[in-house]
Amino acid sequence: MGVRGWGCMGDKNTYKSGSNLEKLMAAGEFVVTAELGPPKSADPEIIKTKANHLRGWVDAANVTDNQTAIVRVSSLGASKLALDLGLEPVMQMTCRDRNRLAMQADILSAYLLGIRNLVCLTGDHQCFGNHPTARHVFDLDSIQLIRMVRDMRDKKIFACGEEIKASSKAVPHEPRMFIGAAANPFADPFEFRVTRLEKKVEAGVDFIQTQCIYDMERFQRWMELVRARGLHQRCKILAGLTPLKSVGMTKHMRDNVAGIKLPSSYVERMERSKDPKTEGIAICVEQIQVLRQIEGVAGIHLMAIEWESKVGEIVQKAGLVPRPVVE
Amino acid sequence: MIIAEQKPMDEILEFLQGHRKVLVLGCGTCVTICLAGGEREVATLASALRLGGKLETVEQTIERQCDAEFFESVREAATACDAILSLACGVGVQLAARLFGDKPVYPALNTKFMGTNEAAGKWAENCLACGDCQLGVFGGVCPVTRCSKSLANGPCGGSEDGMCEVDPKTIECGWQLIHDRLKALGKLDVLTGVAAPRDWSKTHCGGPRRLTREDVAD
Repeated sequence: MGVRGWGCMGDKNTYKSGSNLEKLMAAGEFVVTAELGPPKSADPEIIKTKANHLRGWVDAANVTDNQTAIVRVSSLGASKLALDLGLEPVMQMTCRDRNRLAMQADILSAYLLGIRNLVCLTGDHQCFGNHPTARHVFDLDSIQLIRMVRDMRDKKIFACGEEIKASSKAVPHEPRMFIGAAANPFADPFEFRVTRLEKKVEAGVDFIQTQCIYDMERFQRWMELVRARGLHQRCKILAGLTPLKSVGMTKHMRDNVAGIKLPSSYVERMERSKDPKTEGIAICVEQIQVLRQIEGVAGIHLMAIEWESKVGEIVQKAGLVPRPVVE
Repeated sequence: MIIAEQKPMDEILEFLQGHRKVLVLGCGTCVTICLAGGEREVATLASALRLGGKLETVEQTIERQCDAEFFESVREAATACDAILSLACGVGVQLAARLFGDKPVYPALNTKFMGTNEAAGKWAENCLACGDCQLGVFGGVCPVTRCSKSLANGPCGGSEDGMCEVDPKTIECGWQLIHDRLKALGKLDVLTGVAAPRDWSKTHCGGPRRLTREDVAD
C-alpha cells in the first residue's frame, strides 16, 4: 500500500477509511466527484440509470440526503444501491432530520454496508422543501457532526464518550469514515468563511467540497485566504461546479439561490448562444481548466443537477480521463 | 416580555359554542403591554362576543394570570359563569384551568414568543429560554434564537448581505449579528474554537422544567 504522508492520514501505513477517494487523494491525484440525487419515489431504475451515467467517469459520487428538504430515498439506502452498482458512494448526512442518536446509528449501519465516505452538512431549512410544517432537529451542527464522526473513527467513542463496543469485554468495532464537509466561499460574512473552514479542519474534516463556483474572482480570493492559513495542506479542497443547462436556470441561479454569486456575463453568454446546453458545458470545462491551475485545489465536485448524463462528457472534454486507479 | 396575539374570531366562537355566560379574563402584565390581552382588549373582545346576542359576558382583568393569588378577586365572577375565556399567555390559561377545575377555560390568544418591542406594533423574538445562557460568549446575540437553525459554530451557507435565506426580507442572519458585534468588541477570536454540542436536557428536551430556590422556598 503506497501511502504518502499528508495531513489527513491516520496511523502509519494505514488509511483512515480505505475508500477509493481517500486513496486517490493520498496519492496526490486530481480527483473528480459528482452528485447522485436519489428519487422522490421507490423506483430503483432512476438510481441505476444515474449510477450508470457516473460510473467510470468519477472517483466517487455524493448521494444527497433529502436535498432541498424534499423527501427522497435516503442517502443510506441509495448509497448502498450505488455501491452494489460499482459506484463508490459519498454518503451525505445533514443535521436537519436526525439527532445524535439517529446519526450515530446510521453511521454504524453505513459502515456495515460498506460505505466509507461521509459528508457532514448542516442541511437546507425545511421551509424550502415539501414539508415546510415539519419540525427540524439541528441537535448538532455540521462542525459538531464532523467532530463526532472523527471521534467515532479515531477515538472509537460515541458522542457521549462511551466506547464503541457491544459489551464491556468486547473489542471496539468503530465505523471508519473518510470525512467530508462543504464550504461556501460566496456566502457572508466573507471574512468568516475561512474561519469556518478552519473550524471544520480543527473538528477533523479530511476533504471539502465547495458550493458551486461561478464567481471565479471571489473563489480565487477565498483560496488565497485558505492558503494563507495553510488549510489546503490540512484537508483536500474540491471545487464545486454546476453546469448551466439553460438561460432560465442561469438567471434562477443568479437571482434566487442564496449563497450563490453568478456574474451576469454568464447570463449574456447563455442568451447569445444558439445551443445553451452545449454552451453551459463549454463554460464548465473552461472553469475546470482554470481551477486545475489554482494552488490548493485538489479536485472538482460536479453537481450536475438532474443532468448526470452529461458528467462523462464534461470529464472527457476537460481531459480528466481515464480516471486513475490506486491499489 | 411574552408576546401574544389574539386568535381568529372564528376559532374563539367555536370554543364558546353552547356557552351562555362567559368570564372574559384579561392579564395586566406582558399581554397588556403588547396590546393583546389587557383591559382594553378584554372590552373590545367582549363586546364583539355579545354582538350575536347569544352570549352574556363578564369582563375582568387581573394583575397577573401566572400567579394564583391574583385569581382570588375573580373567583366569584368565575363561579357565576359557565366558561372562562382567558386573554393571558399559555401560562395564565393553564393556571386558570388548574384553579377552576370545574370550568372550561379557553385561550383567546396565541402565545408567540419572548421578545422585544421593536417599533409601534412590531415585536421580535429574542430568547428561547434554553436554560443555559451563552450570551456572554456570543457578544449578547443569541445563536439559539436568532439563527433559524440554532447553529453553534457560525453561519451556514444561506447567509447573504446580512440576511437569512429562510426569509431574506425580514430575518437577519443571527450569525452575521454575532460576527459584527464581536468584531466591534475586538473579540472575533472567540469564534475560532469548535463549540461543543449543546446540552439540550437543560431545554424543554429534559421535560417540563421546574426551579426551586432553597433560599426563598418555604
